[in-house]
Amino acid sequence: MTDQTITAVPSADPAPRSRRAPNRHLTGWLMAAPLAVVLGLFLILPILTIVVVSFWGATEFSIYPAFQFDNYAFLLTSEVTWRVFGNTFKYAAITWVCTLLIGFTVAYYLAFHIRSLTWQVALFLLCTIPFLTSNIIRMISWIPFLGREGIANSALLSWGVIDAPLDWLLFSDFSVILAFVHLYTLFMVVPIFNTMMRIDRSLIEAATDAGASGWQTLWHVIVPLTKPGIMIGTIFVVTLVMGDFITVRFMSGSQSANVGRLISNDIGLLQYPSASATAVVLLITVLLVIGVLLRFVDIRKEL
Amino acid sequence: MRSDLDLELVGLTKRYGDTVAVDGIDHLFHAGRYVCLLGPSGCGKSSTLRMIAGHEAVSDGSILLGGRDVSHLPPARRGTAMMFQNYALFPHLSVRDNVAFSLRMKGVAAPERHARADELLELVDMDGYADRLPAQLSGGQQQRVALARALITKPQVLLLDEPLSALDPFLRIRMRAELKRLQRELGITFLHVTHGQDEALALADEIIVMNEARIEQAGPAREVFDAPRTAFVARFIGAHNVIALPDGPVAIRADAMRLAEPGTARLDGRVTAVEYQGTHVALTAAIANDQEVMALMTDTDFFGAPKEPGEAVGLGWQDGAAHKLHA
Repeated sequence: MTDQTITAVPSADPAPRSRRAPNRHLTGWLMAAPLAVVLGLFLILPILTIVVVSFWGATEFSIYPAFQFDNYAFLLTSEVTWRVFGNTFKYAAITWVCTLLIGFTVAYYLAFHIRSLTWQVALFLLCTIPFLTSNIIRMISWIPFLGREGIANSALLSWGVIDAPLDWLLFSDFSVILAFVHLYTLFMVVPIFNTMMRIDRSLIEAATDAGASGWQTLWHVIVPLTKPGIMIGTIFVVTLVMGDFITVRFMSGSQSANVGRLISNDIGLLQYPSASATAVVLLITVLLVIGVLLRFVDIRKEL
Repeated sequence: MRSDLDLELVGLTKRYGDTVAVDGIDHLFHAGRYVCLLGPSGCGKSSTLRMIAGHEAVSDGSILLGGRDVSHLPPARRGTAMMFQNYALFPHLSVRDNVAFSLRMKGVAAPERHARADELLELVDMDGYADRLPAQLSGGQQQRVALARALITKPQVLLLDEPLSALDPFLRIRMRAELKRLQRELGITFLHVTHGQDEALALADEIIVMNEARIEQAGPAREVFDAPRTAFVARFIGAHNVIALPDGPVAIRADAMRLAEPGTARLDGRVTAVEYQGTHVALTAAIANDQEVMALMTDTDFFGAPKEPGEAVGLGWQDGAAHKLHA
């Protein structure tokens, strides 16, 4: 009896379902439309514009629509481009290593050493306090600290650690990377902390039970299980550093260059086609880097 | 009877701030026994197990294994191994690597540890699954792997923390037969924490009933079931009536209750419920002072002289069936 009623239901259903079907699709499209419009207008369209303009031509005082590869040819054959891209990768790599080490340590401390949830949340919020001010302010506040007559130098001098002020503290690669690390470490802390909080604590006991030392547990259990978080943080940091131009400009005192500054200089000179070409190359480079990173770790289960 | 592999707890105490989770318990576990720690949640059984395992610091007292005090040794150096409630398999490692984990930590070379792991997997009937990830296994299979992983360290005592609670009832019964078989084959002590009395009765050579941080009663399974010492044990182990008689409370097994004509037996009552259970019929009757008594009869006995709710009955038992209870 019961079986019959159950099988009877689907056979009676097709008629109303087929009547509803177009509606269902329409609803689906309508629900997707707002986001699609926003992304289309503010993401796809600008990128397409940049790609189109990158093929245009330019003289000292005008730009004109065209389809030529001059910008790319100039860009890829220029020794400056390669050096600047190299420099950008260098910043990204060093910043990545520093933010990873600091971020992992902070996240580990928060996730495994702080036992109460209240303290975890409190300390976590403490980490975000610098974000209450703007990027630029946080960056510029390093300048009086690191300068020739700055706090760092005068403190070191008065302690007798150094005899003469250190010149490399400010307007150097050191200060650029310091600022990057300061700005972006939180982007590493958050995803790693998030992944670590999902690690079942009994796994750590199981490792201890199997005789693993603290370092062995860290290396064989915690790090492998934190990889997706590390990877998400890595993507944040690498894309942010590779796309940055303002930090490099301020903290290097305009003495170092990265790709972002190359683009910003071109824009300053109204060389939009050349800037677009550089932007396209940078975009492709960053996408390739992310593509390579994603081959190593499957982050889908984190999302 | 004492052997040098006995596990002994001496005044073992666990305090969390002001609350006492385990209150100075003393017990000697003879080697090679299947022991169940039985009690309601919060009775201190898990804390006791975790202290023996070394995952919880001992507040007071000591744990002796094979004559040496292991209370302050790290878990891996105690000669115990623990099987966790949710198995705690490493999700990023294959079954073989999970089992071989402790050997890897000791620095045993890959071929040797893999060979050992495969032996253990064979012991728990999981050969053929060595290359899978834990997520690709069913609950029962994960449990076998967890067992193999615990056993690879050749422990003298295997500690099992509610090992069957995550399984469905059918699998639970199969796995408990498996646990019993393994324990008999290996001949080591199994210390099994559970809150299910049927599980404890089915598995244990010895049952330790805990309540409110103390051991309420310890002894062979049949002894605990046949002669519960306190009202708590009688109620917790089930199938017992605790009746307040003029000369003190007694425990009587439900299946020892006999029905009789009203006025002819030790107690008079009125039937409140009749529950047919297949091979048995459970009859509940209300007696004086708002007490409830259950009589468990075979279906033939009951249907020979069926009773209806509301009927008056007499309830009796043979001499010796009633056990005096201590406070």
